[in-house]
Amino acid sequence: MEGGFGARIVFTLPGGIPVTETVTTTWIIMAVLIGCSYVFTRNFKKIPKGMQNFIEVLVNGIYNFTEQTMGQDKIGFAPYIGTIIIYIGFSNLSGLFGFRPPTADVNTTLGLSMITFFMIHGFGMKKKGVGTYLKGFTEPFWIMTPLNVIGELATPISLAFRLFGNIVGGTIIMGLLYGALAAFSTKLGITIPILQAAIPVPLHLYFDVFAGLLQSFIFTILTMVSVSMAMD
Amino acid sequence: MDAITGKELILACSAIGAGLAMIAGIGAGIGQGYAAGKGAEAVGKQPEAQGEIIKTMLLGAAVAETTGIYGLIIALILLFANPFV
Repeated sequence: MEGGFGARIVFTLPGGIPVTETVTTTWIIMAVLIGCSYVFTRNFKKIPKGMQNFIEVLVNGIYNFTEQTMGQDKIGFAPYIGTIIIYIGFSNLSGLFGFRPPTADVNTTLGLSMITFFMIHGFGMKKKGVGTYLKGFTEPFWIMTPLNVIGELATPISLAFRLFGNIVGGTIIMGLLYGALAAFSTKLGITIPILQAAIPVPLHLYFDVFAGLLQSFIFTILTMVSVSMAMD
Repeated sequence: MDAITGKELILACSAIGAGLAMIAGIGAGIGQGYAAGKGAEAVGKQPEAQGEIIKTMLLGAAVAETTGIYGLIIALILLFANPFV
């Protein structure tokens, strides 16, 4: 296990800034998402057919989901919610294609949860006014203020570590399994690690597809709940 | 037998600590099992609300999982990013 399970440094920018696998995989995901949005949203027809049907179902689903969770008056958050659910979903699924998922790096998840943190407080202040908002911290008694502040600071950390821990745990278990299968193949006297072919499939299904999609859903729904609670 | 150096002792204790940190998994397991049990109960009472119940149950299970994940992160830090070495 040389170097542990941290993100590999792919190249170093002039000036000594290391560019890790996380960043390059994020670039690939960004390129795929931008390419898909460009290709699939060109020449929309009045009567949808083919891919347009799928896109309409997806966008409608995200709008309905936002409306159900946050309420009719906060439907304007739907584009952001859609963006993060698609981005985190693609990031978690990128493990299927042999990449290291960008969400298996605490920098990515903490960045995403800081966006949520600033959204909670920014929109809370905008909706209620700064004075009323800050007064909310002293409820129900003024003595509860430190606890309330710590509770607010814990939200982004728990969001970030939930996503990070789930994905990195899956990555480590998959790494250990691949290593063990390779070692076992060598023991059997086969130079090609043939055992790696089909055995990891159920674990990929669980850790990448099920846990990955579930965690992207959890992250977005917790973001929505926190933001709409701060605004109500 | 060679004498144990300080660094080796720290590494050994870190490995034990990582194992102990994973005891946190018990809490997450109990919490998730409780959520699933209550979810099953709710579906039994109201089978028509199954979709909503599953959504709420998964959310609750994920929140209950958080403490277990904290334990996992402590274990990972002790194993791969040990601050004491």
